[in-house]
Amino acid sequence: MPSARTLPLNVSELRTEFPVLSRAMRGKRLAYLDSGATSLKPHSVLEAERAYYEQLSANIHRGVYEFSERATILYDEARTKAAGLINAAAAREVIFTRGTTESINLVGYSWGRKFLKPGDEILTSEFEHHSNIVVWQEVAKATGAVLRFFPLLPHAEGLDTEQLEAAFSERTRLVAITGMSNVTGYKPPIGRIAELAHERGAVVLVDGAQMACHEPVDVQALDIDFLAFSAHKMCGPTGIGVLYGRESLLEAMDPFLYGGDMIERVWKDRSTYAQLPEKFEAGTPHIAGAIGFGAACDFVQDVGLENVAAHERELLEYCVARAEARDDITIYGGTNTEDRGGIFSFNFADVHAHDVGMILDSHGVAVRAGFHCAQPLMRVLGVAGTTRASFYMYTDRSDIDALFDGLDAVRKIFL
Amino acid sequence: MNLGDDLYKEIILDNYKAKKYRRRMDDADISREGANPSCGDDIELFVRLNGDRIEEVTYDGAGCSICLASANMLCTALTGRTLGEARALFDQVRSMLTDADVPDFPEYASDLEAMQGVKAFPVRVKCAMLAWSTLKQVVDEHGAAVG
Repeated sequence: MPSARTLPLNVSELRTEFPVLSRAMRGKRLAYLDSGATSLKPHSVLEAERAYYEQLSANIHRGVYEFSERATILYDEARTKAAGLINAAAAREVIFTRGTTESINLVGYSWGRKFLKPGDEILTSEFEHHSNIVVWQEVAKATGAVLRFFPLLPHAEGLDTEQLEAAFSERTRLVAITGMSNVTGYKPPIGRIAELAHERGAVVLVDGAQMACHEPVDVQALDIDFLAFSAHKMCGPTGIGVLYGRESLLEAMDPFLYGGDMIERVWKDRSTYAQLPEKFEAGTPHIAGAIGFGAACDFVQDVGLENVAAHERELLEYCVARAEARDDITIYGGTNTEDRGGIFSFNFADVHAHDVGMILDSHGVAVRAGFHCAQPLMRVLGVAGTTRASFYMYTDRSDIDALFDGLDAVRKIFL
Repeated sequence: MNLGDDLYKEIILDNYKAKKYRRRMDDADISREGANPSCGDDIELFVRLNGDRIEEVTYDGAGCSICLASANMLCTALTGRTLGEARALFDQVRSMLTDADVPDFPEYASDLEAMQGVKAFPVRVKCAMLAWSTLKQVVDEHGAAVG
């Protein structure tokens, strides 16, 4: 439910913040429907990155001069902003990484390989992006742990919530689950899953790549242990993301990457390591990216993530209604817009998704076509791929109208 | 019409829809699978040889229109041709799609020029090339043996 503070977004005003939206694509008005892959960037984020390079350019930490000190402050502020965005208890629970994939790998290496034993179970789902499956396959191989999957409803309309509890066993040690499917937009009941996991002493990692950017997330209220997400899907730069980790877990883990900045003392034959968060941030980080990310946190919070969620919900309802009025579209993930984010996956008659995507491209409509890094889910759906339109705060009804106009063109060519 | 619509020239669409050679071959001498993992194109070529001559070539599988039309055109062009001719045609198709070369196809293969437009869409070149790359493997392995 949208909260009482939910306001209709002033989308036309918001759109002027995103320079790419003023460009034509293939000579047509750009209908950008690929925010699930990456979001567009507003002026404030671009400016923040540029200002760092133009006015400071200095490395952080031990520089004993003004510009380095200033850069360090901005970098630390970005961490505080990211912690505030997800309501982490402390900024040191926020580790900067290259993005969601690296965040999940960090947990795989530093927690999974250290603490999982043969026969322990990792519980995940077929909704996962490859980055939240392949990592655990490798951890299972290395530790002798076993991968288990939550049962799904027919047609992958969601997890079978009646069987949630039955999916756990005495050996469940980790639940690695998406906060929102990048294929269908489905949002698993994270709070309930965390409750069931913690009753059994298991740890919960949420892949928040599609979640943290589209709705307010409170890691303390959800009571989750790890949250991985990327800046570039929430108006920020590419190449930077976050691993949130519960402090006690991060403390118990070994470092992931070794080298400069993550040490305390180094001798010829041994070293001791820095405190959180530096323990997990070896080498010069993506300083400009972190500063841009900080600006992105400000931007999405100014807009209001509850407003973004309500706006996307309204767009999804409009999109599904238009699709249901036709006989040539198969919708994946069901037509129920409850528990769904702003993602619309479909196939058009028997036309291959790449052909659909290509004709849409020629009409200025940017979508994604293929298996969306989710081959296990494609197998459940029984398709080689889908076409995916995904929304964000700047998406408007004309973008969706352009999608359906483009599909009429596909129809003319192929049917 | 514009660039994107234009790519789907009649020849390509006709070949995609006709599916004249889209069938498995039980008595094939050679069958060979080819896949583009990034986009999910997945085809299998079947070849029946008589000496170094391709008596029959067919394909089956799943893919986009460019991929399947290209496979159908390959079969149309190469039925009755020698492995040497097949190899020469592969070279021409590849240079048409990946270099700027203007093709000079023999009369029996002139329809292949319709694929030229794919060059403007780099991500689709591998779709058009899949059947041809698969064929090249067949020729490389069997050309020497029978030649």
